[in-house]
Amino acid sequence: MPDATDWRERFESYGLLWGLLLVVGILSVAPLARLLAEGIAPQGHFSAGALERVFSSAATWTATRHSLLTALGGTFVALAVGGVIAVMVALTDIRARNAFVFCFVLPMMIAPQVIALAWLQLFGPSSPLLKALGVAQTIGGRNPLYSPQGIILVLGVQYAPLVFLTLRAGLRALPGAMVEAGLASGAGPITVLRTIVLPLMTPPLVAGVALTFVSCLGNFGIPALLGIPANYLVLPTLIYQRMAGLGPGALAEVSVLSMLIGFIAIVGILLQDLMLSRRDFRVSTTSAAARPFELERWRLPVEVALWMWTTLVLVLPLLALALGSLVPAVGVALSAKTATLANYEFVLFGHDAVRRALFNSFSMSATAAIAIVAIAVPLAYFVVWRRTRLLKFVNFAIEVPYALPGVVLAIAAILLFLKPLPVVGVSLYNTVWIILFCYLGRFLVLGLQPVIGGYHQIDRTLEEASQIAGARLARRLVTIIVPLIAPAAAAGALLVFLTAFNELTVSALLWSSGSETLGVVFFSFQQGGDSTYASALGTLTVAVAAGSMLSTLLMADRLPAGVLPWRD
Amino acid sequence: MARLTIEHVTKSFGAFRALDEVSLEIADGEFMAILGASGCGKTTLLRQIAGFDKVDAGRIMIGDSVVSERGRHVPPERRRIGIVFQSYALWPHMSVAENVAYGLTVAGVKEPERARRVAAALTLVELEGFAERRPALLSGGQRQRVALARCLVTEPSLVLLDEPLANLDVNLRASMEDEFARFHARTGTTMIYVTHDQSEAMALADRIAVMDSGRLRQVASPSQLYREPADDVVAAFIGEGMLLPVDVRSVDEGDGTCDVDLFGRRVKMRCGSQQKPGARMRACVRAHDLTVVAAASPGVDALIDRAIYQGGDFRLEAHPVVAPGLHLHLTVAETSTLRPGQAIRLDVADGWIIPAAGT
Repeated sequence: MPDATDWRERFESYGLLWGLLLVVGILSVAPLARLLAEGIAPQGHFSAGALERVFSSAATWTATRHSLLTALGGTFVALAVGGVIAVMVALTDIRARNAFVFCFVLPMMIAPQVIALAWLQLFGPSSPLLKALGVAQTIGGRNPLYSPQGIILVLGVQYAPLVFLTLRAGLRALPGAMVEAGLASGAGPITVLRTIVLPLMTPPLVAGVALTFVSCLGNFGIPALLGIPANYLVLPTLIYQRMAGLGPGALAEVSVLSMLIGFIAIVGILLQDLMLSRRDFRVSTTSAAARPFELERWRLPVEVALWMWTTLVLVLPLLALALGSLVPAVGVALSAKTATLANYEFVLFGHDAVRRALFNSFSMSATAAIAIVAIAVPLAYFVVWRRTRLLKFVNFAIEVPYALPGVVLAIAAILLFLKPLPVVGVSLYNTVWIILFCYLGRFLVLGLQPVIGGYHQIDRTLEEASQIAGARLARRLVTIIVPLIAPAAAAGALLVFLTAFNELTVSALLWSSGSETLGVVFFSFQQGGDSTYASALGTLTVAVAAGSMLSTLLMADRLPAGVLPWRD
Repeated sequence: MARLTIEHVTKSFGAFRALDEVSLEIADGEFMAILGASGCGKTTLLRQIAGFDKVDAGRIMIGDSVVSERGRHVPPERRRIGIVFQSYALWPHMSVAENVAYGLTVAGVKEPERARRVAAALTLVELEGFAERRPALLSGGQRQRVALARCLVTEPSLVLLDEPLANLDVNLRASMEDEFARFHARTGTTMIYVTHDQSEAMALADRIAVMDSGRLRQVASPSQLYREPADDVVAAFIGEGMLLPVDVRSVDEGDGTCDVDLFGRRVKMRCGSQQKPGARMRACVRAHDLTVVAAASPGVDALIDRAIYQGGDFRLEAHPVVAPGLHLHLTVAETSTLRPGQAIRLDVADGWIIPAAGT
């Protein structure tokens, strides 16, 4: 056989694989390596100066303490709420499950800073709820959410869906026979839950807790809105203030700070690995999923309790946010007479920065979503169907930028792009491109996971059949694999889009005039005391998120199970 | 051109040896079945022939060109073979005609030639009216035929069939078996048919290769496989043969028979031309070689363990009185009144001395 075609064969396969690895290397590995280098040798010279300054500063340790306290507190609230609700949804026969799951998961798809503002409105001086109860604050009174307890509460509500989703996935994989064997041995449902189900659920619970802890630790929007006014700083807000105050001059210090927070996150992840490696949790049988426990006379009370919880933590805050957006000015009582749409008019048409931010956020999120799916579809092909040792490392490299707090990647990107790019001489710093770069690196894993899930559900013989028909890799990808993976890829693209659209952590550190994002504009409205504008903008983003989530339910039947987190 | 040569092919997955020095020669136009229980390595062998895996050692040749050996691997897309998958593997996003046309499009065949050949292939499998349907709307048998048409439209020199009937119901299997047989007769393509079902293999194949634990046990025509199994495994697997201990007293060189001693009785059996007399050999005996005879006639005494009604007749399971650890089975008429616990005397009419017995 002629060697030219052999060569082309190899070129297609290895060329594609190495090209993808190069992209992952640039997006994920390069910035973190650069950050690490900065910590050891700032500006290229080995020096302990920055390290010493940071670690001898009282502010560093106060912020670290605050970070640990709020992250652990938020994780605890999320675990309690998400755990109970996952057991109820996955193991009992409550009705209207899809609607409930949608509402429960919604906060995760809304920007944290918007959720924080919604809660502030709920407890603020013009809160319709508190007014109705007659306990509203007087203007100038202190909002109770400007406190560590407030941060913990809102973090817990925001991330309870994370615990819920990991635990529910585990409960679904639990073979029904294990539960039935327990019942047949004479144990009641509560005993079975305590002695069989929960012990077997240790891996998803621990994984969910670790994920939640890392997310709480890295969250910027909530402590920024609730902590900064009370001068209660956590590490991400401390880094933000240093950068805002000093600009690139503070880089040596904030690099050390971001490595500190990265270190705490990695300790959390390693603790998870350690806990899971010490016992065998493998489930051996493959029988059908557990049949739901019948709650019988308890069903209605449980359903009422679940929906009351939803009303309390979702409907009321969002209602307060929406009502807050109708008030003409902060402090004016809302009535049919005073209600106005002027705030919407202003944020949509009257303000240049908002228009720019809308365009920036929309185009960057869409670009990130499309580019990530374009990378994820061929990459997942190699990860799922051509397993090699190399790809284990790739998986790790993709997960790290997402697992680490967003400020870490943002600082790393600044270090990487502060100087103009070599050879071409163009600088990405202070442009939208540095933000887009971070979106690609940070959210790649969000797009990759549904696509990997999709590959696992495709019968590989479909690809082999086209291979037998004579199609080379490029043609197989285009004619067979892409059409089959399209629904999962669309779900992945949507997850990336929504997350990037709501994002503030990265862009708060990277924005410049002209490259504002929606998150940044929202945050500066709120910081500047224009909470009515912020409420209007927040209400709009909630509507966009809920609308896109609802629209995906139309194609839900064509998606692999578990790709859409908001669907039961 | 389409001769397939497999020489000493070995393939391991970790410590598990899925194929162990397999050698097999398949002639041009032959219909070869590869038969074995699940996990015997037959699908692994098929995947080596198709080129989905790389062999660890040995060599595979299609015609005169080497397609697999250590350090050389022609990818599946350039082996010019056809496969019908167990799952059919029809592309759900394409119509029947698009599925069938795919290989022609890849090969650069232009319209109207392509449409003509697709129509011809669909006619061949009697699916003329179904060109625009989606695979999801077809029945199991129709999908099977689309898969067959798709595999044959490019006129491959070698067709691999991976348990193609396993997902069909019993009635459909018989008619699809017919289809394959007619197909092979008409096209003269070399076909390799992997199956765990010996009746399928017997009905279709010119020759059958029996596999077990990654090794080829015997390659022979269906009747030879049944009448003259090469070893214990083949004897027990094919036709549920019984293995009975015998001492070969004398071999008649002329007609391939021998006199053996079975449970103290003298019986005439068949054997290979190389067979030597000797003690402690094994004979393969079939159910229809055993008949119940009157207590006064010569024969082997046995006790009945079970009588299983199977519609029209009974299957008797018994053990020899002198060897309670052995299992015998035979078929008796429905009118028989024999019941478990009863003693019977059995006449052994025929048997085959396993050549490898004692090794």
